[in-house]
Amino acid sequence: MVTGTYEPTIIGFLCNWCAYQGADLAGTSRMHYPPNVRSLRVMCTGRIDPTFILKAFAEGADGVLVGGCHPGDCHYLEGNYKAMRRIAMVRRVLEQFGIEPERFRLEWVSASEGVKWAKVVEEMTEQVRDLGPLQWWENFREA
Amino acid sequence: MEEPKIGVFICHCGTNIAGTVDIDEVREFAAGLPGVVSARDYKFTCSEPGQLQIKEDVKNLGLNRVVVAACSPRMHELTFRKAIAEVGLNPYLLQIANIREQDSWVHKDGATELAKALIRAAVQRANLLEALERREVPVTPSVLVVGGGIAGIQAALNIANANHKVYLVEREPSIGGRMIQLDKTFPTLDCSSCILTPKMAAVGSHPNIELMTYSEVEDVSGYIGNFKVRVKKKPRYVNAELCTGCGICMEKCPWKTDSEFDMGLGKRKAVYTPFPQAVPNVPVIDPDVCVYFEKGTCRACEKFCPPGAIDWDQKEETVELEVGAIIVATGYDLLDPSPLAEYGYKRLDNVVTSLEFERMCSATGPTGGELVLKDGSAPESVAIIHCVGSRDKNYCEYCSRVCCMYALKYSHLIGEKTDADVYQLYIDMRCYGKGFEEFYKRVSDEGVNFVRGKVAQITDQVAGEEEQGKLVVVTEDTLLGRMLRIPVDMVILCPAMVARADADEMARRFLINRGADGFFLERHPKLEPVATASDGVFVVGCAQGPKDIPDTVAQASAGAAEALSLIDRGTVEIEAATAVVDEEMCSGCKICLALCPYNAITFDEEKKLANVNDILCKGCGVCVAACPSAAITGRHFTDKQIFAEIDGLLADVKPPLVAV
Repeated sequence: MVTGTYEPTIIGFLCNWCAYQGADLAGTSRMHYPPNVRSLRVMCTGRIDPTFILKAFAEGADGVLVGGCHPGDCHYLEGNYKAMRRIAMVRRVLEQFGIEPERFRLEWVSASEGVKWAKVVEEMTEQVRDLGPLQWWENFREA
Repeated sequence: MEEPKIGVFICHCGTNIAGTVDIDEVREFAAGLPGVVSARDYKFTCSEPGQLQIKEDVKNLGLNRVVVAACSPRMHELTFRKAIAEVGLNPYLLQIANIREQDSWVHKDGATELAKALIRAAVQRANLLEALERREVPVTPSVLVVGGGIAGIQAALNIANANHKVYLVEREPSIGGRMIQLDKTFPTLDCSSCILTPKMAAVGSHPNIELMTYSEVEDVSGYIGNFKVRVKKKPRYVNAELCTGCGICMEKCPWKTDSEFDMGLGKRKAVYTPFPQAVPNVPVIDPDVCVYFEKGTCRACEKFCPPGAIDWDQKEETVELEVGAIIVATGYDLLDPSPLAEYGYKRLDNVVTSLEFERMCSATGPTGGELVLKDGSAPESVAIIHCVGSRDKNYCEYCSRVCCMYALKYSHLIGEKTDADVYQLYIDMRCYGKGFEEFYKRVSDEGVNFVRGKVAQITDQVAGEEEQGKLVVVTEDTLLGRMLRIPVDMVILCPAMVARADADEMARRFLINRGADGFFLERHPKLEPVATASDGVFVVGCAQGPKDIPDTVAQASAGAAEALSLIDRGTVEIEAATAVVDEEMCSGCKICLALCPYNAITFDEEKKLANVNDILCKGCGVCVAACPSAAITGRHFTDKQIFAEIDGLLADVKPPLVAV
């Protein structure tokens, strides 16, 4: 079922102050990484409503990557802590839906961590590629 | 809502985008997207003609939404917002698709496909964008400068001379910072005190500068133009109003400890000013050293103080300030070279750091400016080790920028004070500034031994007669391709300049970012070198990265100019993308109240509804995501807009089967 040509599509939710800038820095530093992550910008990971993540999976994303400021570095003081707690809940929901936990990732990427961003994208792309296309209904039945 | 008429403008950015992304294909694709009435491309959309293209289309085609596919919104969002505002379109009716930093620069294959997805997402989101009104609020016309080194002094004087109030907060008992510890300054060999003390005195007496030494910023709240700052003033136990600065207390005090100012080489009293030219010239009593605080006796200073200025009852004080802008000039620390055990710092006598050497050279220093070894004799040979921790993957990858030059200065100073042979152990000589190369030439001609190589070890394990009683510098000479053992009497280490030990805490306090090197991060390395991620907070001097005095002064003045242009305007526009509560939907559960980090949400007890104060709200959206009844809308980042963007990003991907 998983063919050699399968390329996953991953949706990235990046906070404006850290992860988005880190991704920009990877660009200005001309790093190369796979084009599988399609990102959108929110001001803070604290803005990320769990439904955004579910929506991305429902629309065909094979994975979702959330990037925010390191703990303690949030531009809005503690939005990333709030995101962290919500995301713990999202993980449980995804699991119950039969979506493999490896398809969802929360990463702290600072504005100076272009290298880390490129590495995270590379790792996650590989990880999701190995899982193959999303087939949560299959897993759901099994569960 | 009116029928969307979207114009898409695709930038080539020279070959930056066009080299990787097939512009024609993307343009044709964009033209076919719902709501798009025109799609164009241009070499440099941010240029004057590029902006004109947008403005013309807004006027002629009646565009009511604009999508620019170009560089990161962090680069030119403001540029394009301004452009469309000039032709009467609300600046929030713009959406940027980042097809450069997050596409053409990082992907070879698939960049065109990704560009299409990003543009489709931008267009779908643009369909739902709403006009927002930015509000203007008055600005407090004063500035807080944090740190009283040369950077803070320069910035404070610039602002104060423009007739604005400055609060200069310094945690040490005196201003002066690192620069006042230096003896001479390269490449002109100006005496550091001679050029700095007049500026320090000017700060001390300036009617527009409120100098708060021995004080620290505890808390910062508010926003651009209207910050509230809490400053903690430590007790001096000396009444500054009464003190005449005569110094009798310091003479009479019997208790001594190592002088921080002299890098521990000399002593200071329990009641002290760090150095004789201190500003303010009011001593402080160190309660950790003063015996009165421990045993309740002594009081020698009090007995002899002519104006009776000693005040044992002084308490820590907290002061609230209101300022429009903040300049962070907190400087640097020198890397402690003790972990680099191979250099023997603190283990071997006569291995000193650059700042210790500066104090030794200084006429006001612990040796009265004489260059002596631990045993009091003059050195016959000195080795200066460059790049101690700098340009070193294990410590600091960056170059500290000033060490080559001050090392050359040391050669000259050693030559002035002794007949010692000087060895410079360097990796590369970096003499790039104005007058630097000339200084390098001059010092070379004075007779210095340059050895190119990274020092392996400094040891007292001697191997031969000529090494007896010496420190041996073991190094490779990479130009001759052989190992050397150089016996010397004194070794000067040039340690890396590093971010302050508490830079982490400071970054959080001022809501600014730090780079990978630990220093505070500027908003843009070239075009916004003193701005930070926090509007209204500027960073200058070595707090931003290693630099020499001329660069520090230039940057400090740049920070002052930025702060002045902000506070002089009288008003500032504040974020319009704030949260708003729909009264119909709000159930009054109060969940949002506890989440808001700025206390911007209040509860109307009468109506039983939450209310967002949109001056305090910074638009993070944490309440929006948390509201269980979806009563809070995050302007410019509404659920609908974000959903549309997700849809757009994935429209070419087949959705998974719905469960059967």
